[in-house]
Amino acid sequence: MDFSLTDEQSMLVDSVARFIDNDYDFETRQKVTQSDQGFSTNVWRTFAELGWTAMPLPEEDGGLGGGPVELMLLMQHFGRGLVVEPYLANVVLAGGILRRSADAAQKTRWLSPLIAGELQATLAFTEPQSRFNIADIATTATADGKNFVLDGHKSLVLNGASADLLLIPARTSGTQQDQDGISIFAIGGDTTGVERQAYPTVDGHRAAEIRLRSVRVNNDSLLGTAGTGFAALQDTIDDATFAISAEAMGILRALHEKTVDYAKNRIQFGVPIGTFQALQHRMVDTLMGCEQCQSLLYWAAMRAKLGGSDAQSAVSALKYQIGTSGRQIAREAVQIHGGMGVTWELDIAHLFKRFTAIETLFGNADFHLDRYVQLAGQAPRDVDYQRLK
Amino acid sequence: MNLPADTAPLFCIGIAERVILHQLGVASCTTVPVLVSGCGWRFLCTATWIVILRRLRPERTAGHVNRLPEGRLMNVTLTDEEIAFRDEVRTFFQEDFPAELREKLAAGIDLSRDDMVRWQKILFRQGWAAVNWPVEYGGTGWSAVQKYIFANEIAEANAPDMIPFGVKMVAPIIYTFGNDAQKQRFLPDILESNVWWCQGYSEPGAGSDLASLKTRADRHGDQYVVNGTKTWTTLGHYADWIFCLVRTSSDVARRQEGISFLLIDMSTPGVSVKPIITIEGDREVNEVHFDDVRVPIENLVGEEGKGWTYGKVLLQHERTNIAGVARSKYRLRRLREKSSQSLRGATPLLDDRNFARKLATVEIELRALEYTELRTLAAVAVGKAPGPESSILKIKGTEIQQELDALFVEAAGYYALPYVPEQYAMDFVEDQRIGSGSETRTSLRYFNNRKASIYGGSNEIQKNIVAKHVLGL
Repeated sequence: MDFSLTDEQSMLVDSVARFIDNDYDFETRQKVTQSDQGFSTNVWRTFAELGWTAMPLPEEDGGLGGGPVELMLLMQHFGRGLVVEPYLANVVLAGGILRRSADAAQKTRWLSPLIAGELQATLAFTEPQSRFNIADIATTATADGKNFVLDGHKSLVLNGASADLLLIPARTSGTQQDQDGISIFAIGGDTTGVERQAYPTVDGHRAAEIRLRSVRVNNDSLLGTAGTGFAALQDTIDDATFAISAEAMGILRALHEKTVDYAKNRIQFGVPIGTFQALQHRMVDTLMGCEQCQSLLYWAAMRAKLGGSDAQSAVSALKYQIGTSGRQIAREAVQIHGGMGVTWELDIAHLFKRFTAIETLFGNADFHLDRYVQLAGQAPRDVDYQRLK
Repeated sequence: MNLPADTAPLFCIGIAERVILHQLGVASCTTVPVLVSGCGWRFLCTATWIVILRRLRPERTAGHVNRLPEGRLMNVTLTDEEIAFRDEVRTFFQEDFPAELREKLAAGIDLSRDDMVRWQKILFRQGWAAVNWPVEYGGTGWSAVQKYIFANEIAEANAPDMIPFGVKMVAPIIYTFGNDAQKQRFLPDILESNVWWCQGYSEPGAGSDLASLKTRADRHGDQYVVNGTKTWTTLGHYADWIFCLVRTSSDVARRQEGISFLLIDMSTPGVSVKPIITIEGDREVNEVHFDDVRVPIENLVGEEGKGWTYGKVLLQHERTNIAGVARSKYRLRRLREKSSQSLRGATPLLDDRNFARKLATVEIELRALEYTELRTLAAVAVGKAPGPESSILKIKGTEIQQELDALFVEAAGYYALPYVPEQYAMDFVEDQRIGSGSETRTSLRYFNNRKASIYGGSNEIQKNIVAKHVLGL
């Protein structure tokens, strides 16, 4: 039983913690969110140089073969630093699909430059009607000789405006919510018929509505076999759910700690407000919330290593807990900061907003509790050392 | 950091590459100032961790999942020795926990004093009565992992834990603060369950505000004369001895001073025990009155006036044992099993979406708490003391226990309502039973266990402790 880090993991933590502390202060971040692109190309280059863009991808694909633990460590610090660079869209989503579905030539063409930080990419995982059902895909890809013609509307495509490469799940057969019949296409962002409507999101990130109007692509744009894209899509979304939960953990820890700090220093009625029991107990509640989330994050990381329905179940348990405890932690942070908590000036508000976005991303607490319930019917989940053995 | 010889050149190349990269033209690279500002070696390490990771990563083997090659983090798998230990413990509970007691518990019948002593003596003969004691006094010397396994197995066997007052509560005070004569006199009888202990802390006027306690122990020659009332004395009607916090001096700057830790023989003239009937209708706790009770001064543990400090240590022990994760896991599994079966031809309760979601919510909280406890244990294993954060375990653990109690009541439906405690007596005629199994007990358990968030320092007191000692407020 050991919760300590390996030397390599400690070095990764040192590296990312130092980057956030020294090179990514809140003012810098705020400036970046105001820029045209919405993220810093220099920062992105640094991510690639430090190996972070390669980190969770397999060694045989030019990655570093880091596991969920490494991804978790990175994302927690990205969370506390409110990093807006499109790590999730590029590495976790696009990288996740490419590594699972692309053939060798496609990997060389797209995954290698992605890892090198030279290609911006994303996965269009939702449509206006889908909510959290990733199988609900109305976008169609119709075979036409050696080509496919894509038509549809992808919503909230993260990094959608900057992406050189769009990974588009489209239906080649089946009805709208079938898991079978989903195919994934890799298409250039500037392909004829791709209309992108870019916008900022409430958390300072960028996204786009993407409309595909008779977009004609060659069949070497198809990843894997037609109609079998769902498994890769689901595994990738599970990875992404885990990753943003880790990011949320970093945010929640920051919110909790900043709040305790504020309560120690803010004087009202001649005393620090942290001496009031009405506030103390609430900050203890948020501490407990943080610890419970952290524990599930560790558990989910371990389960992610093992894969299977246990891993899915763990990710859903984690996202549920993040969604419920996290909401309480985030709201208390704003409340205890008083008027300052609702100003644009303070990082508290921006941590709150990013957390709010994460609450929705890849399914909210209700969605994941239902998914957990469904999966729970399948197997008794004990911390079962026997199975692990 | 020990690098295998063959990776050293690569390591150096890695450093060189990065340094060159940064010195050439990548002037805007935000990490350059770090390098310049004297944290250089750290930066070099991190920049080259890519290379190191490539070289040092142990080979992955498909399907080999008992190790997490990426790191030690979250390694809660067991070694072969630990698996063997688990099997030994499991077999013991299967074979040595008396069938008669097992059946009583399964039927919802309370164990008698004799039953409990009988079982505790079996644990003693196995050498497992005092899991946490130092080996020199008869403890096990087990690792944190072994203790975790033991707790899980005893819960899975639905076998009772040791009654805590002797082995878990007074004994640590005696072996930590007592003198040799006291250790020799008291510890062996605690270990063998020859003597039943109870706790004398709370008083009618001193609950959460324990330091306001008024029971006096006045020194007269080589005796203390004790007067006062202790309350909420769990199983005090079974007890041979009581350990008490008593006031030996009122002339103190702080109320926490002048309190002493005194051991009192319950058979001493002037000690009387009166039952308190609790919400579910049973006698579990008592009021203990002391009327000019003469106690020899050799029954004082440690220094006079230092009892508060000792008592606080004890409370911390109590809190670490209070989460009850393993028991809750067992109960939750039982509840899942019960509610997934059809009862009286009805649709299984687990098919009800609301119930299933509530059950899932508790399960997730419990899983989280289990890992929170494991993280605490892991910290203890590397030499850190369980500190005030154990308060978190108490709060969350009791919240989960009480939530489970409530779900059992919900599962029983209308059969939670009949108040028929007599059907949980030995001589009850089975075909007269109302409700299935122990359905009618669920509400009694729910009522009784409202105590969980109150005892051991109420959950609000625990929050005060965490606010002060963990958050520094």
